[in-house]
Amino acid sequence: MAFISSGYNPEKPMENRITDIGPREYKEFLPPIIEKNFGKWLYHEILEPGLLMHKAESGDEVYTVRCGGARLMSVTHIREICDIADKFCDGHLRFTTRNNIEFMVDSLDKAKELKKFLNEQKFAGGSYKYPVGGTGAGVTNIVHTQGWVHCHTPATDASGTVKATMDVVFEEFQNMRLPAPVRISMACCLNMCGAVHCSDIAILGIHRKPPMIDHKVLDNICEVPLAVAACPTGAIRPTKVEIDGKSYKSVAVKEERCMFCGNCYTMCPAMPLSDKEGDGVALMVGGKISNRITKPAFSKVVVPFIPNEPPRWPTMTKVIKQILDAYAEDARKYERLGDWANRIGWERFFEKCGLEFTEHLIDDFRDPAYYTWRQTTQFKF
Amino acid sequence: MAKHKTPLLDQLESGPWPSFVSDIKLECENRAKNEKGVEFQIPADCPEDLLGVLELSYVDGETHWKHGGIVGVFGYGGGVIGRYCDQPEMFPGVAHFHTIRVNQPSGKYYTTEFLRQLCDLWEFRGSGLTNMHGATGDIVFIGTTTPQLEEIFFELTHNLNTDLGGSGSNLRTPATCLGMSRCEYACYDTQALCFNLTNEYQDELHRPAFPYKFKFKFDGCPNGCVASIARSDFSVIGTWRDEIRIDQEAVAGYVGGELAPNAGAHAGRDWGKFDIQKEVIDLCPSECMCYEDGKLSINDKECVRCMHCINTMPRALRIGNDRGASIFVGAKAPILDGAQMGSLLVPFVKVDAGNDYQEIKDIVEGIWDLWMEEGKNRERLGETMKRMGFQKIIEAAGVPFDVRQVQEPRTNPYIFWKAEDVEGGWDRDIVEYRKRHQQ
Repeated sequence: MAFISSGYNPEKPMENRITDIGPREYKEFLPPIIEKNFGKWLYHEILEPGLLMHKAESGDEVYTVRCGGARLMSVTHIREICDIADKFCDGHLRFTTRNNIEFMVDSLDKAKELKKFLNEQKFAGGSYKYPVGGTGAGVTNIVHTQGWVHCHTPATDASGTVKATMDVVFEEFQNMRLPAPVRISMACCLNMCGAVHCSDIAILGIHRKPPMIDHKVLDNICEVPLAVAACPTGAIRPTKVEIDGKSYKSVAVKEERCMFCGNCYTMCPAMPLSDKEGDGVALMVGGKISNRITKPAFSKVVVPFIPNEPPRWPTMTKVIKQILDAYAEDARKYERLGDWANRIGWERFFEKCGLEFTEHLIDDFRDPAYYTWRQTTQFKF
Repeated sequence: MAKHKTPLLDQLESGPWPSFVSDIKLECENRAKNEKGVEFQIPADCPEDLLGVLELSYVDGETHWKHGGIVGVFGYGGGVIGRYCDQPEMFPGVAHFHTIRVNQPSGKYYTTEFLRQLCDLWEFRGSGLTNMHGATGDIVFIGTTTPQLEEIFFELTHNLNTDLGGSGSNLRTPATCLGMSRCEYACYDTQALCFNLTNEYQDELHRPAFPYKFKFKFDGCPNGCVASIARSDFSVIGTWRDEIRIDQEAVAGYVGGELAPNAGAHAGRDWGKFDIQKEVIDLCPSECMCYEDGKLSINDKECVRCMHCINTMPRALRIGNDRGASIFVGAKAPILDGAQMGSLLVPFVKVDAGNDYQEIKDIVEGIWDLWMEEGKNRERLGETMKRMGFQKIIEAAGVPFDVRQVQEPRTNPYIFWKAEDVEGGWDRDIVEYRKRHQQ
């Protein structure tokens, strides 16, 4: 493995240096039919699951075939996607905000041939490589985070929980028979780089044990004031600790005040909190982002904790399926999951989904908590 | 023969959904075979070690990645996230396994030529594993060593004409929906605005100078496909302020059943015959629609542009002609002070490429000035807003106060009057007061 230089000279880092050029201009990458009809689209139709047609003022029609993918993708896989785009789409493709891949062609025949081709491609282990779907009133791909694959703060895995969930709800990815779209999201800790706080169904990794404190190294690898300031509930204070007759500057944690957000660990690596028994997932439901009919809404925690059960998280996927089935059965056309729960009342939601309501589901974090308690005589028995 | 036994991960190869485990195994095989004779610059078997360390996490129920280290490329404070394995002896191929974020093109359109160049570079100098794409929108390269960082950056900028994305307390890589490129609902050119602001603010993107991260997202319409109202500190959402365009013939087509409602989005279940009264008129949140004698009418002045009628009858109804955008600020996920949705700052702004979007840039920069002055360490704009009051942000943005900025007026009368708000100011004489009122 001999080192091969790119041309960069470490002795003179500024020599020929190019910086601040930004991304490639998107116009370079638009398929010709998209470029030609840019801003001049009349309407669209979903002809069948995963197959869209956009009609332009010019009369042009572009047919898009959408397929799912794991967002964790190898270059081997991306090259295979490129081969498909070269064969069917003159070397153009795009990705969606929810990690789907879209191939665009100019006729329905080509689109159907492409759809068939994509659905025939399988990995050696048997899973689809490019399952077509993810459109309309169904479940589309799950947006997610890194998890145990590549992050230092997760309370669960992301790729594994997503794979297990999508396997269980796969029929809804390939169909459009739900009352409205159902957006599922996954974040492997409360940092939520996956921002799951506005999803119909959210899988969220959570910790339940306060941080451990590595007193002997804390002062060397962390700034004590930053660790103290990191705690949103003021549970961390500076202290001195004596170990084997030696005094260390460190911190103390008032454990009963800990809400397990992990922000201290983000600021201070000497305060790890992950734990096999303590960690697992919470499920949140009823959020949305679209302004359609009702306002954007936050997801609500309806299952406070499910243990991590790798590799397939069977309890978690069972509960998700339970919620999805109850919604599909009972909601009205156009009603998002949260709109359905609001209409029937959350007391009915728990009943219909077969979920237990526990003390952990009553908000007690700052002012917004009060607004989630009930201040009316209107409720259902 | 696999380097590590992965009995738990192997169970994720079955089932219909694309298996990331199968994909990584394929990458392992290809790197082992190395048919093209690539001179791998980091351990060829690093994907094997990634599977190994992930399997260990599946057994332990805990991550095996350490806190990031300070690594990066010269002159930039973001775009690279240091990552080290906490079991380097067991998994030497991933002992140093840093992430590189590459700024994606607006709307995530690609040519295969560009994607293949990215693949070649990443196979040669990295793990060959990516995220297409990361949660904020970047192309994410997962796993390389420190000596490769400058080499990769050099190749990206010299040969691929592209740049890194954001990380840390800086402007994060802006993201947009596909906008006017393939959507009839787009009220402005989201891709152009995203591209322009990304280039305008390269310094803010690469050199952390903010209290915390700052995200721009651009949605073309209130459907919000890129989730800007929930996920960005500065969210620009397309809208219009004139009439929804109605094609009465097409309305009749929907009523008569010749056209599929919802663009076919509900076609998988028999919901019965389309009922315009029940499915459109009655669901309108501002009750501004009416269907009588075969004619649809909309009281556009009362319309709140929720998109439901347009989504339901896209061939009959189209967005208005007087288009622009609303600007929302302060959205964020729960860390630390609870989740926040973007709050409406500017009800309507023209998105004007002609003057280089100056009106929008002035608003951005006004907000940044205040936030950089007043924001605490690791405080998102939304939290600064909550702490200081929305009025301060509105003032800093240099935009007028507007009843549309609130859901309802305040319920408490604790108004922070300023001296200049009050006739005569606050300076008063207690002696004079006592002349009128005995102690």
